[in-house]
Amino acid sequence: MSSTLLRTTALRSALRTATTTSSKKAALSGMTITRGKATLPDLPYDYGALEPAISGQIMELHHSKHHNTYVTSLNNFSTQLAEAQAGQDYQKQIALQPLINFHGGGHINHSLFWENLAPKSQGGGEPPAGALAKEIDESFGSLDGLKEKMNTALAGIQGSGWAWLVQDTQTGKIGIKTYANQDPVVGQFRPLLGIDAWEHAYYLQYQNRKAEYFGAIWDVINWKAAEKRFK
Amino acid sequence: MAYKPHTYSLPPLGYEYNALEPHISAQIMELHHSKHHNTYITSLNAALSNLATASAAGDVPGQIALQPLIKFHGGGHINHSLFWQNLAPASSAEAKPSSAPKLTEAIKQTWGDEAAFREAFKAALLGIQGSGWGWLVKVEGATKDDRLTIVTTKDQDPIVGKGEVPIFGVDMWEHAYYLQYLNGKAAYVDNIWNIINWKTAEERYLGKQGDAFKVLKASM
Ligand SMILES: [Fe+2]
Ligand SMILES: [Fe+2]
Repeated sequence: MSSTLLRTTALRSALRTATTTSSKKAALSGMTITRGKATLPDLPYDYGALEPAISGQIMELHHSKHHNTYVTSLNNFSTQLAEAQAGQDYQKQIALQPLINFHGGGHINHSLFWENLAPKSQGGGEPPAGALAKEIDESFGSLDGLKEKMNTALAGIQGSGWAWLVQDTQTGKIGIKTYANQDPVVGQFRPLLGIDAWEHAYYLQYQNRKAEYFGAIWDVINWKAAEKRFK
Repeated sequence: MAYKPHTYSLPPLGYEYNALEPHISAQIMELHHSKHHNTYITSLNAALSNLATASAAGDVPGQIALQPLIKFHGGGHINHSLFWQNLAPASSAEAKPSSAPKLTEAIKQTWGDEAAFREAFKAALLGIQGSGWGWLVKVEGATKDDRLTIVTTKDQDPIVGKGEVPIFGVDMWEHAYYLQYLNGKAAYVDNIWNIINWKTAEERYLGKQGDAFKVLKASM
């Protein structure tokens, strides 16, 4: 996973759990599970550092409450999953999949999102450079072309969800995709840059005027994080 | 000649924006009704107008492409119209479960008692992943008796299945509670019981699906 915030957390835990051959023994010992607990990553900036684009109150609630709830729930359901695996309870394992997807997705998405953002003093809003910049020009004509397409995609989300600039791992090309709720960017696509379109991401400041939020967030986008994820 | 679709307009609330305080703030109610609900109506009218144009032009792909928009914005209009009607000021007689004798009896028969029903309803609402609604629904029995069930729907999907009568719904989009309850949606769900309009719920329970949608016909 390309997010440094996520290292040692959920995905590795899931991988470890999945690749443990004697899962029964491992689960009973409790080691695998305890070692792999997801934790809330620290933000690399202060809650108020993204103002005026995103208020400090939104950032604090979003990070310390919403993201934290995804972490807590993911750990809870991961533990249940490990127990179900140890007990070879396949019905329970299957029943847990949507919960792992939702809370695990919430943890992954928010961890990537915090890295996607930066105050102006730390490079927020500075246009991308290098290979990614070239690819954006090729695919979207210009950075403004990308922003426009991404904002249209964000505005078209019906309900809660995310819009992502992704890279197709098969072709290397970049594109914009929207995902419902907390569905994470996995499989064929690699997440480069995500924008949270859940109402909790903007409502205290922008209320129903979500287009203003989508317009303002570009002032605090950390393109360096996207450059690092781009292969 | 092109078919001209009906144009929908925002139905007035049956109470003031502050009438549901302290359970739902006036600020939430005003934004929710005058902005969110109104946007669904504006977008629904636009989609229906485009549908009429596509239909007149024999543009089948165009008509199909409009279906998700009609479902979303039409659902938003239906859901909110029903929602405003199934709320009432806490001090009113309508907000007492005793205003729904037949329905509360059916609830007891289905869930054992009212507390168990509320608990089940709350668990369903809090289990919604993302935006959506929770509804108490009457399913009309073709051969058996009618039955009650709790249904959650995603985004703005409406309750419009055959024989399904929405009795009351709770909006679980974050815009419905966030300005007041922030991330504390469980408290929003707990408090909403104080402002359920049981009189409306009883009428819907005793009526048919078409009766529940009267408000929509009136706002054309
Ligand atoms: Fe979020
Ligand atoms: Fe709503």
